[in-house]
Amino acid sequence: MNAAVLQSTPETVVQKIEVKDLHFYYGGYHALKNINLGISERKVTAFIGPSGCGKSTLLRTFNRMYALYPNQEARGEILLDGKNVLSPGQDLNRLRAKVGMVFQKPTPFPMSIYDNIAFGVRLYESLSSRDMDERVEWALRKAALWEEVKDKLKQSGTSLSGGQQQRLCIARCIAVKPEVLLLDEPASALDPISTGRIEELVHELKTDYTIVIVTHNMQQAARVSDYTAYMYLGEMVEFGVTDELFIKPRKKETEDYITGRFG
Amino acid sequence: MSLYTRRMLINRFNLFVSLLAMLFGLFWLGWILYTLLVAGFGALGPDLILKMTPPPGNSGGLLNPIAGSLLMAALGTLIGTPIGIMAGIYLAEFGGRGWLAPVTRFINDILLSAPSIVIGLFVYEVYVIQVGHFSAWAGTFALALLVIPVVIRTTENMLRLVPDSLREAAAALGSPQWKVITLVTVRAAKAGIITGVLLAIARISGETAPLLFTALNNQFWSANMNAPMSNLPVVIFQFAMSPYDDWQKLAWAGALIITFGVLTLNIIARTMAREKAPVY
Amino acid sequence: MSAVADTIEGLQGPSDISTVSRSIPDASLRRHYRLDQAFRLATRFFALLVLTLLAGIIVSLVVGSVPALKAFGFGFLTSAEWNPVTEKFGALVPIVGTLVTSFIALLIGIPVSFGIALFLTELSPPWLRRPLGTAIELLAAIPSIIYGMWGLFVFAPVFGDHVEPLLSNTLGTLPVLGALFRGPPTGIGILTAGIILAIMVIPFIASVMRDVFEIVPAVLKESSYALGSTTWEVVWHVVLPYTKVGVVGGVMLGLGRALGETMAVTFVIGNAHKLSASLLAPGSSIASALANEFTEAVGDLYLSSLIELGLILFLITFVILALSKLLLMRLAKFEGQKT
Repeated sequence: MNAAVLQSTPETVVQKIEVKDLHFYYGGYHALKNINLGISERKVTAFIGPSGCGKSTLLRTFNRMYALYPNQEARGEILLDGKNVLSPGQDLNRLRAKVGMVFQKPTPFPMSIYDNIAFGVRLYESLSSRDMDERVEWALRKAALWEEVKDKLKQSGTSLSGGQQQRLCIARCIAVKPEVLLLDEPASALDPISTGRIEELVHELKTDYTIVIVTHNMQQAARVSDYTAYMYLGEMVEFGVTDELFIKPRKKETEDYITGRFG
Repeated sequence: MSLYTRRMLINRFNLFVSLLAMLFGLFWLGWILYTLLVAGFGALGPDLILKMTPPPGNSGGLLNPIAGSLLMAALGTLIGTPIGIMAGIYLAEFGGRGWLAPVTRFINDILLSAPSIVIGLFVYEVYVIQVGHFSAWAGTFALALLVIPVVIRTTENMLRLVPDSLREAAAALGSPQWKVITLVTVRAAKAGIITGVLLAIARISGETAPLLFTALNNQFWSANMNAPMSNLPVVIFQFAMSPYDDWQKLAWAGALIITFGVLTLNIIARTMAREKAPVY
Repeated sequence: MSAVADTIEGLQGPSDISTVSRSIPDASLRRHYRLDQAFRLATRFFALLVLTLLAGIIVSLVVGSVPALKAFGFGFLTSAEWNPVTEKFGALVPIVGTLVTSFIALLIGIPVSFGIALFLTELSPPWLRRPLGTAIELLAAIPSIIYGMWGLFVFAPVFGDHVEPLLSNTLGTLPVLGALFRGPPTGIGILTAGIILAIMVIPFIASVMRDVFEIVPAVLKESSYALGSTTWEVVWHVVLPYTKVGVVGGVMLGLGRALGETMAVTFVIGNAHKLSASLLAPGSSIASALANEFTEAVGDLYLSSLIELGLILFLITFVILALSKLLLMRLAKFEGQKT
């Protein structure tokens, strides 16, 4: 179905990621159909839609996480700063240094809080222990976690509460200084207070990072994002400025979803 | 060299080494099986199961050891399995409170890994010495003692896999607990428990040490459980270490029989576990 | 589980008969209750049987060792003498043999098992995983007497003719370590026994490692990949620490097997009651000494010394397994600690 995608982004905003004619397959199953959109730099873009619409699938193409699994295949182009991420020559490690990901379930590594943060940094830089301490503190402050853990950096990452663990994962991501942050339903496993904290964090982080967030919570998308893409059954149904999409959606499908008629 | 290149090289190198490890393992498997086939094949033939063990320098077969092994393994399994299943049921169904279950589990794990020669020693001390002679019963008991821990472990694990909702459904119908367990829970775990028994049989079929000083060996045919009985592993041991060619050939043939019997049992048990396992 | 049992009990207890079951005669319900009791007692009995079994083993071994204990006391553990004629026995040689061969087995076995588990979980194409996994498990199924025969007739000659001279000529010339590798290359001895033991324990350790590696949550691994880790880094820094409890359990399982292994070692260790610095020399392990000498032992002291050897072996295995279980319980508790 998906004909022209309606984009109301002004041409002057830099497109950090451009998706062109993207198709995705799980084995024989055609999961993403002809996706075209642009992710604006230093803005928050949300993907919403009912379960199974492909929003997580689309997110995971940006850092080629699907490459870990044999039967999954993407065709088309995804341009990050003009370079096609899907080309066979693309180095996955370098890609993932630029594009970080936070998952739905908090995933602290089985090591101390300090080492969790330092882990990513050590992959790319050889810092002196003082520089590393600074970087760890910087990342934890950015993730609004420093005050709570500064006295227990040597404790295991798994000893934190759920909300804290998720902020730890965000700090871990930030520590390697990526340019894009992909958040896959980051708050869906957390309680309302932790969720609020995460949303505040997203708001602060967008001054420095391009953020793409997948969420099944429409209100969250409305609160947090600058642009929203509504997806259904593997297709991009509508894409636009969040306020416009929520108040006056252009497509009836979008309006049905937003008003809760289904999904 | 940049950090990046070094990491990539380390990755490549370690993955390559893991491939070598895999090949290393397969290499030994291949070599052993090949040896068995080549050395044992020559002595294969109808004589093997038709004739008895010969005196040195003559040809013959392995009829009495094969029969003896089958008999003792069967009896040992028959004795050990019910004990193991009952204890396994206790651990899975009644073991919630109290000290007995954790302690039994702990001890069972130890018995599971205990050297089988020590088991043989134990049976020697408490049975052979008391009775005054070696016997097939002693060998059978030793094998039963090896079966019990394996069956306990698998029975408990399989019973635990049965979801509580099944038990609750039976209880909700007013069924007494013993019926819930025997007619519903155990039946649901049947495939897994049988697999456990098959694996126990496979294990004891190849055991030599516990039979060394219990059943000993017997050159002739004997169906007397109270006398030493011929069995395959001990015969193989004796024949292989001897200087006689005929005996050595028979030893290889016996080794071939045991190995392929045990491997077949293993594969059957594995396939059973995969196919019949109820998917919850 | 006990909550369910309580529920079931509650349904069956005679005092809890509800109005719905008024039609069921009291007597039959009481009989059900008695049967339940009987069944539970029966299963309990068999569980107790397991305990008595262990107690029985220890007691019978101790009783059997009494003559030797009386004759030699603690000196038994430190004496290397083994003379059936003068009736002077000492456990040092077999104990050292048991420990050294097991150590060699683990030294070789643990890294190889790790490599195999790594291959099976990360490198192998999916269709190969099951057959390769089965192949490795078949190594565990091969009876130990087969390993013994193959070891003696096939491996030892090859090892003695080609590998051992190489070892003597290279490693044997080193200053301190060299003493381990000197001596006539017969192919039989401690080193050979250790290598064959390694092959025997690899399937145990590798299977356990592979099983625990497989249940590491995909999200955890993906988190590490998402940061840009290589496969090796994910396994070494994330998978291995996450699974360390299971890995330790697997290693202990392998160690238990190595310590008690009888037939394979008996064939190739050479059965010499002499302590030697070289790994190439023949030696003895507790299990091999028992297998070789028990049926021919004459004299109460000889037999009793052998039984004491069996007791020592059992105690060593017991202690190692008990320690590993305690370690695992400790590790599991530590991981789940909340602030």
